[in-house]
Amino acid sequence: MSVQQGTAHRPWVDRLLTINGWLIFGFLYLPIFILVIYSFSDSKIVGIWGGFTWKWYGRMFGNPEMMGALSNSIKVAIISTVIATILGTTAALALDRYRKWLGKGAFDVIMYMPVIIPEVTMGAMLLIWFTQVLPINLSIWTIILGHIAFSASFVAIIVRARLANLDDSLEEAARDLYANRWTTFRRVTLPLIMPGVMGGALLALTLSLDDVIITEFVQGPGASLLPVYVFGLIKRQVTPEINAVSTLMLGISMVLVFVSLGFQARSRSSEGNKEE
Amino acid sequence: MTMLDDHPSEEASPELEKKAERAESWRGFFTALPTYVFLIIFFVLPLIIITVISFTERSRTGKPVLGEWTLEWWIKLGDPLVRTVGFRSVWLAFLNTAFSLLLGYPFAYWIATRKSAIMRNFLLVLVLIPFWSNFLVRTYAWRTLLDSNGLITSIGEWTGLWGKMLFTEPAVFLGLLYGYLPFMVLPLYAAIEHLDWNLVEAARDLYAGAWKAFRKVTLPLSMPGIIAGSILVFIPSLGAYVTPDLLGGAKTTLLGNYIVTQFKSGRNWPFGATLSVTILALMMIATIIYFRKGGKTL
Repeated sequence: MSVQQGTAHRPWVDRLLTINGWLIFGFLYLPIFILVIYSFSDSKIVGIWGGFTWKWYGRMFGNPEMMGALSNSIKVAIISTVIATILGTTAALALDRYRKWLGKGAFDVIMYMPVIIPEVTMGAMLLIWFTQVLPINLSIWTIILGHIAFSASFVAIIVRARLANLDDSLEEAARDLYANRWTTFRRVTLPLIMPGVMGGALLALTLSLDDVIITEFVQGPGASLLPVYVFGLIKRQVTPEINAVSTLMLGISMVLVFVSLGFQARSRSSEGNKEE
Repeated sequence: MTMLDDHPSEEASPELEKKAERAESWRGFFTALPTYVFLIIFFVLPLIIITVISFTERSRTGKPVLGEWTLEWWIKLGDPLVRTVGFRSVWLAFLNTAFSLLLGYPFAYWIATRKSAIMRNFLLVLVLIPFWSNFLVRTYAWRTLLDSNGLITSIGEWTGLWGKMLFTEPAVFLGLLYGYLPFMVLPLYAAIEHLDWNLVEAARDLYAGAWKAFRKVTLPLSMPGIIAGSILVFIPSLGAYVTPDLLGGAKTTLLGNYIVTQFKSGRNWPFGATLSVTILALMMIATIIYFRKGGKTL
């Protein structure tokens, strides 16, 4: 007999759980829907419906500061993601595929700390480090370094989980067939861990695009990112233009969700093949 | 096992083998080296420096003066104002973790026990979307809901139960709960979905009531999810900055804002450093207690 998902509940228990479930979905989604709806409202006051309009989107795209912040955000996200993915993946390989090496124990601890450290602490320590110790001026590059410092660990965790689920017999087979290390890595290991690497990269991208705290600490004058810029706008005055840019940011998040789901589906099907 | 099945290196002399092992170990070291160096420069050393800075005097501009030492900032942690902010942060983080668990558990349980896999996956995607969505945007959504013209305020005024909540502590709590609930649900879902339901079935066969079977079997078996979810909610709640800044007011300052203030208008970097180290320590203590209580389940 196959294992059934859950045991039989009494009907009223199941009904209560279902009602509770949809109520929570309502709680999670309603605020987002309302936010999106008011981005199309022809009224200066968010919360009062003034008829349909696209004008806030026009304002948003016509706002040079906002567009500057958006392009900075994309630049920072792409550069930090590429570097964090390389660093995270090599770290995961070193931790999973090599049994013993100098300083492995310490590295294992250091690698996981950025994940559990509060973001404020991370931002504060990087600010002190950049301005009081290193002779660096705060700029877009200090933001990039900050983003890599916390997202590389997330990539490493995801890739390591993927590596742990792969048996190394395929790699051994390749090596027995006289493939050198580099060829084995490029032709066997890398394709196998690719779903994990891409999943990690997408997480790094999301973390970078979401970050407010670390960026606020280590940004230089005049080189803000979109979330920090929007954060400042909200504190000054709430306008439907903010709803419009919020909708744009939600759209970007949504695209990333579905791309990541695509990779997860592919990784699951390739794992399924392995079991056959 | 015959000799033929063995790996060729097994036939090599122990000396060669040791050499190969050493080469392998160096390869591991060099694979990790770039990340190792990066993390030492941009994580470990900054962490050490911020701890050192918490013991330095401050200059007139609020920057630390290296070489002039003081315990002033650590003593300042005992100030009534600082204590109030600290207790409020820990309390709200705790409350948020408890409520997320209370709301999240039946929710995750419901999703994980749907019979059809398609339905389960569909509901899971519905949780993943808010999980991946921009945090600032999700917090901003509540700002307009809780403001004078907002839906929540209108409902409250219509029923006569509440007024404008924006810039109060309940608003911050709602924002935190909304922001971090998905972080609780996902690990809970993973734990409950992977549960061995035969064990629950067995308990029922042995005449345990539905509630007893849940309390004695299902709940303990989903402990890893409870621990992971609680840590994922507690840590960012304790260091929350965006939520209290947008939804709270001057009376609801939390540690996160308080730290940022020290580095900006407060002009007191060494005290900001002290608070940052304190919040890190608090978080580590909480994590360790949690792991101890849950045993080595994670």
